[in-house]
Amino acid sequence: MTQAPTTTMTGDSHGSYPSYLIGFVLAVILTVASFAAVMSHALSPGMALAALTVLAVVQIVVHLVFFLHMNTSTEQSWNLMCFIFAAASVIVIIGGTIFIMHDTAINMMSR
Amino acid sequence: MLGKLSLSAIPLDVPILVGTFLGVAVIGLAVLGAVTYYGKWGYLWRDWLTTVDHKRLAVMYIILAIVMLFRGFADAIMMRTQLALAYKGNPGYLPPHHYDQIFSAHGTIMIFFMAMAFMTGLMNLVVPLQIGARDVAFPFLNSLSFYMTLVGALLINISLFIGEFAQCGWLVYPPLSEMQFSPGVGVDYYIWAVQISGVGTLLTGVNFFTTIVKMRAPGMGWMQMPVFTWTAFCTTVLIMVSFPVLTVTLALLSLDRYLGMHFFTNDAGGNVMLYLSMIWTWGHPEVYILVIPAFGVFSEVTATFSQKPLFGYKTMVYATCSIMVLSFVVWVHHFFTMGAGANVNTFFGIMTMIIAVPTGVKIFNWLFTMYKGRVEFTAPMHWTLGFMITFSIGGMTGVMMAMPAADWILHNSLFLIAHFHNVIIGGVYFGYIAGMGFWFPKAFGFKLNEAWGKRAFWCWFVGFYLAFIPLYVLGLEGMTRRMNHYDNPDWYPWMLVAEVGAIVIALGIVCQLTQLYVSIRDRNLPENLDLTGDPWNGRTLEWSISSPPPAYNFAVIPDIHGLDTFHTEKQLGRQAHGKPLAPIHMPKNTSAGVFIGLFSFILGFASIWYIWWLAAIGLIGIVATMILRSADRDVDYYVPVSEIEHNEEVYSRRIAAAQAAE
Repeated sequence: MTQAPTTTMTGDSHGSYPSYLIGFVLAVILTVASFAAVMSHALSPGMALAALTVLAVVQIVVHLVFFLHMNTSTEQSWNLMCFIFAAASVIVIIGGTIFIMHDTAINMMSR
Repeated sequence: MLGKLSLSAIPLDVPILVGTFLGVAVIGLAVLGAVTYYGKWGYLWRDWLTTVDHKRLAVMYIILAIVMLFRGFADAIMMRTQLALAYKGNPGYLPPHHYDQIFSAHGTIMIFFMAMAFMTGLMNLVVPLQIGARDVAFPFLNSLSFYMTLVGALLINISLFIGEFAQCGWLVYPPLSEMQFSPGVGVDYYIWAVQISGVGTLLTGVNFFTTIVKMRAPGMGWMQMPVFTWTAFCTTVLIMVSFPVLTVTLALLSLDRYLGMHFFTNDAGGNVMLYLSMIWTWGHPEVYILVIPAFGVFSEVTATFSQKPLFGYKTMVYATCSIMVLSFVVWVHHFFTMGAGANVNTFFGIMTMIIAVPTGVKIFNWLFTMYKGRVEFTAPMHWTLGFMITFSIGGMTGVMMAMPAADWILHNSLFLIAHFHNVIIGGVYFGYIAGMGFWFPKAFGFKLNEAWGKRAFWCWFVGFYLAFIPLYVLGLEGMTRRMNHYDNPDWYPWMLVAEVGAIVIALGIVCQLTQLYVSIRDRNLPENLDLTGDPWNGRTLEWSISSPPPAYNFAVIPDIHGLDTFHTEKQLGRQAHGKPLAPIHMPKNTSAGVFIGLFSFILGFASIWYIWWLAAIGLIGIVATMILRSADRDVDYYVPVSEIEHNEEVYSRRIAAAQAAE
């Protein structure tokens, strides 16, 4: 099609040396902290699980921002929107299914 | 060598099927003979079967949908007749084995191959024209999607004559659909037909989402998009989220059946209820996939025939989007009775009731569009008014059943059957037929006959109430769905009324066929010809070009300055665009879709019958065709300026002739 597209994909940022370095350092810190949370035995198993979950989510965000260059700029808005959309769908479908099936299992004593 | 397939798979012992087969064979041979006699094979192959033109694919989709409507309706009237007979000592004329296949096939065909095909057809015809695009984003994928849908429809219809169809309802719930209880090929026919057509639907979703996002005419922002395009957009989003869930669910069921796994079995750790949750995670968005474009049709029809802009365009858009989001968090209302606790049922019950709010907003928007408008009571407007009444009733019974306490009584009763036919016939079907009447002149250059259209509407409208209001009563009296025989004397008279209703609906279908016949016969009468391309004094871009449009749709891509730019410019006096013509880049036709469809059919049929060498051939054929197509660099061409000029001149002469006639 020769017509002008409504949106363009020009000007995508591919990051810079400092941003990769910051990302790498943050990722290392988060990874070490995850191992420390388990191996130091300073936290109870429940607390360790919670800490791991939080660290993992932060790790995902660090990767997205520093390595996959996701940000709130206009060039990235479609990527960001698709990501939020996918995350929301996954939360609704998988989270909803766990909510329903867990409740059913308790009530029907099927597990 | 032939897997499970043998001569005994052909049901020669069932006279109804033998008769049907002879009928289909005679009609099929007659059509093939006619094509050969008139020497139209080349024309059919070059201009239709291998086309990537969205307008022609739209026509083929809608023809498929109409053929599937006959098949689905034949099933429906057979069920009604069985229940009008099968009272007390009379066993009726359909044994349970056959009857169970009929109700399963009716639901599957009507949703996947009638409604989905019709919806895709309307989207194909209208969306690129409304946004000022020359084709969809991926024209070849569009052709492929059609063949995937067609192959699904073929497989399900072949199950009539070779083997059997599923006997477990249109969503083949386990454990009944597991190998232990359904050892035949019926469920496999279901799985392969739905899986293959599901691929087509998913590709359509991606294709139209991309088209709407990337290919709008310059200046058309999101809030300048016509409402039908908005609804198509919301539908594509729903398709992209929900169809993968269907694919996974059915894939797990096939693993159970083919490889002896235990996802949904009763024993060995399987969980039957997980299937229900997963299939309805797809299934509830699916009904909104069908009805949201119908809402778009009603918006266009109401605004055009009331000679007014749509009342509350923005609220209409917001209502559509909120329905889109809400439709994802209501799926448990299909199985409140499965044993989840009050937390789950309350959440999903309330969410379901909330959906009524944006839907109500839409109804009021249409009513206020008509208010003080100069309403023309054309056939599409009749369907729209019939929809507003019928759908409101269906919506109210839906909110009733959204209460888990009430649903415990009404679940799986005929009340439920009446409710969803109330919204699917009254909403989806009325909408698609209104859309077909509305855009028919755009596709073919002549109008459909009004008188027969109105007769068809009245038969459908009255027939619907006669056929389904009794089912509400029967449901409250405790009659469950999918029943083959009954003894309760209170039910008998209502079943007879419902049978009369089905016959009135049959008359409606006869009127629709007559309408098509009469319209084609009288297509050259001056009052039927659409010379200007704008027969209804339309508001959106598709009416700014000739009917039928040239393959490239727009000689010059229009500039958009706001909502209903075409209508505004028309009122100010039609302006010459003044832009120089340039050669237009267009996709070439391709036979790759036909061949991938053919090999998919081989793959599906062979897998149903466990003919593994043939299935391998099908799979290799699909991959090989895809590689060949990818290696083909000769996929496009340019329409020269001289040809565009010629078409434009013919069009302006037709407009001049139409003005002279006035």
